[in-house]
Amino acid sequence: MTAASATPVRRRPLRDRLPIVHQLRQSMGLQRGMLVAGLVMVAVFILCSIVAPLIAPYGFAQRKDESGSFGTQQPPSPEHLFGTTVGGYDVFSRVIWGTQTAILVIVIAVVLSIFIGVALGLFSGYFGGWLDRVLVVVCDAIYAFPSLLLAIVLSIVISQGQSNLWGGVLAAAGSITVVFIPQYFRVIRAETVRIKAEAFVESAKVLGASNSRIVFKHVFRNATRTLPLIITLNSSEAILTLAALGFLGFGIEPTAAAEWGYDLFKAQSDVTSGIWWTAFFPGAAIVFTVLGITLVGESLNDLADPRLRGRRRVAQASGEVAATSVVPGGTLTAGPGGLAGLEDGQSFDEHGIEVRR
Amino acid sequence: MSTLDTAPVSEGAPTAGRPKPKSQGGGFGRYLLVRFLLIFPTIFILVTLVFFLMRTTGDPITAAQGGRLGPEALAALREAAGYDRPLFIQYFEYLGQVATFNFGSTLTTNRPVIDVLFTYGPATFELVAYSLIVAFAVGIPLGRLAAYHRDKPQDAVFRVLAILWYAVPIFFAGLLLKLIFAVWLKWLPVAGRASVGAELQMQVLPNKTSIYTIDALMTGDPGVLGDVLAHAVLPAIALGLLTGGIFLRLVRTNVIGTLSTDYVDAARSRGVAESRLLRKHAYRPALIPIVTVIGLQIALLLSGAVLTETTFEWKGLGFILAEFLESRDFVAVQGIVVLLAVIVALTNFIVDIIAAFIDPRVRY
Repeated sequence: MTAASATPVRRRPLRDRLPIVHQLRQSMGLQRGMLVAGLVMVAVFILCSIVAPLIAPYGFAQRKDESGSFGTQQPPSPEHLFGTTVGGYDVFSRVIWGTQTAILVIVIAVVLSIFIGVALGLFSGYFGGWLDRVLVVVCDAIYAFPSLLLAIVLSIVISQGQSNLWGGVLAAAGSITVVFIPQYFRVIRAETVRIKAEAFVESAKVLGASNSRIVFKHVFRNATRTLPLIITLNSSEAILTLAALGFLGFGIEPTAAAEWGYDLFKAQSDVTSGIWWTAFFPGAAIVFTVLGITLVGESLNDLADPRLRGRRRVAQASGEVAATSVVPGGTLTAGPGGLAGLEDGQSFDEHGIEVRR
Repeated sequence: MSTLDTAPVSEGAPTAGRPKPKSQGGGFGRYLLVRFLLIFPTIFILVTLVFFLMRTTGDPITAAQGGRLGPEALAALREAAGYDRPLFIQYFEYLGQVATFNFGSTLTTNRPVIDVLFTYGPATFELVAYSLIVAFAVGIPLGRLAAYHRDKPQDAVFRVLAILWYAVPIFFAGLLLKLIFAVWLKWLPVAGRASVGAELQMQVLPNKTSIYTIDALMTGDPGVLGDVLAHAVLPAIALGLLTGGIFLRLVRTNVIGTLSTDYVDAARSRGVAESRLLRKHAYRPALIPIVTVIGLQIALLLSGAVLTETTFEWKGLGFILAEFLESRDFVAVQGIVVLLAVIVALTNFIVDIIAAFIDPRVRY
């Protein structure tokens, strides 16, 4: 078989190797509580989007039923649990349908940025050279730019501000992709540069393995440790950007799909006149979703960071993770802080890889 | 475990393979120069990116007028503005303009974008400054407390709070604050930077700065100052809490990190009290990363300012950007976006220099 598996290595049981399950077993106390709470919230969110047609009493663009028009700005009532909007839509139904739009954006954004970011990071880190330098500078430039502004520019490009479902979704997902490629790029590149120097890569070279085989088989599979963490960050940023675009009026038209940010945009004037339900519920849905994803990400981060892990039992269970962690000194605190997460002061790691500066 | 073993070594010595700087001063001078020169490619890349992105769909005139004008009228307008020429010629011309701080003129109001900066920039600056104050006031003490009570209930509460602040979109936080404190409790004004009376009083000042706090001080009327401050409270909190949450997490992580270093252990073994360890030994070095991170926060703060200003009708760059977006004036949007890119690059440079002053490790 492969060069790596030629020597018989006893693998850990499957339940320890599955990403989330492993961490769940590893965690304890507060960390476990946060992880479990986050996972439950994410599960509720995903479930909602799947069974939205069953839960939502009305369509997202429905203003009237058999008994007549819903009426506008109606307070919460048994017929309309969360009341109705200024446009006469049922708030509850739109909150539920909104999960579908959010999931769509997350999936597109994450898939796109992982593919591009990881590919560039592997390539750049493994082969180095002038392309590597150029890519690093370009990624740093994008990284330092206000992401919302980039999202605005992209949404002008993609949908010209006219927002049907796909225009709005692609604008948000596309801009998130552009903003997050540098993050995947940087982490994967740093890992690649490090792994490239490991003995097993040299052995593979000696055995005559091709570059592509080394990159995909040996380097890539060892460089993916921090990916789950960035994915959670990426997902919550995707939702927040979609909502922000919607709030600036660049959202998806209410007839095309339900989008929480756009509902908040429309609810702005309601708030001034004391109508709280049109703004509160879509906003709470955003908070709930982002909170769930972030709690998962935060817990994963803590469990991957030897400085934060601390507790004896946990430390024992994860010695292996630490050895290949992207931040040997444990400087990575990439959590929902996003930007803050990836740098906290140290500008280089012990391999002399610049961690941006 | 090799990586863990070598990690502390890198703390003291510069990175392996990188030559050690000969003297402190020379290293710093070189660092300053390199950082300064790095501004240019950054701005260049962003200008290029924004330019080509905006033009891949067509020109700003078609986008703005699309559908409202006949093809001939549109063509005439495009020709007048020079948008019918080859893209690369337009690109180099645009680069030349940006190099001379000419960011174009708005389509709708026909004002130079740089003017827009001078009119609305001070308001954004003021908002960002206030929110940074909120962020410091909230983030640093709470982060310290969280680190001190690590893994205890207090820590849990603070950390969940920090995550919650991150998870609440600024505009939603803004709307909620507005609803509770302005609409229901009527403690604070709903929107704007000052009430009409105060604004009139500040208008007549001979050399006004458009930074209302300073202007209000110059009027010498405590009523005006109070009015201006009251207007700033809610926007500053809405924007500041997000950054405050990040500071909290950062301070917590770093204090925990420094608390487990050898020199703290050494101090502890000499019998230094835990509270003193935290206050004197672990706390200060943990603040250094914050300085570094502020530079990166500027980008986030500006994104946030756009949303905060829209929520509170705070007439700054973000507010005006949203207005230009609504009127589909994409020349103005492009100008403001590029301008903000320049501001971000410059601020990052300044913050990096400050960080290098404070922390010699950065200069290497």
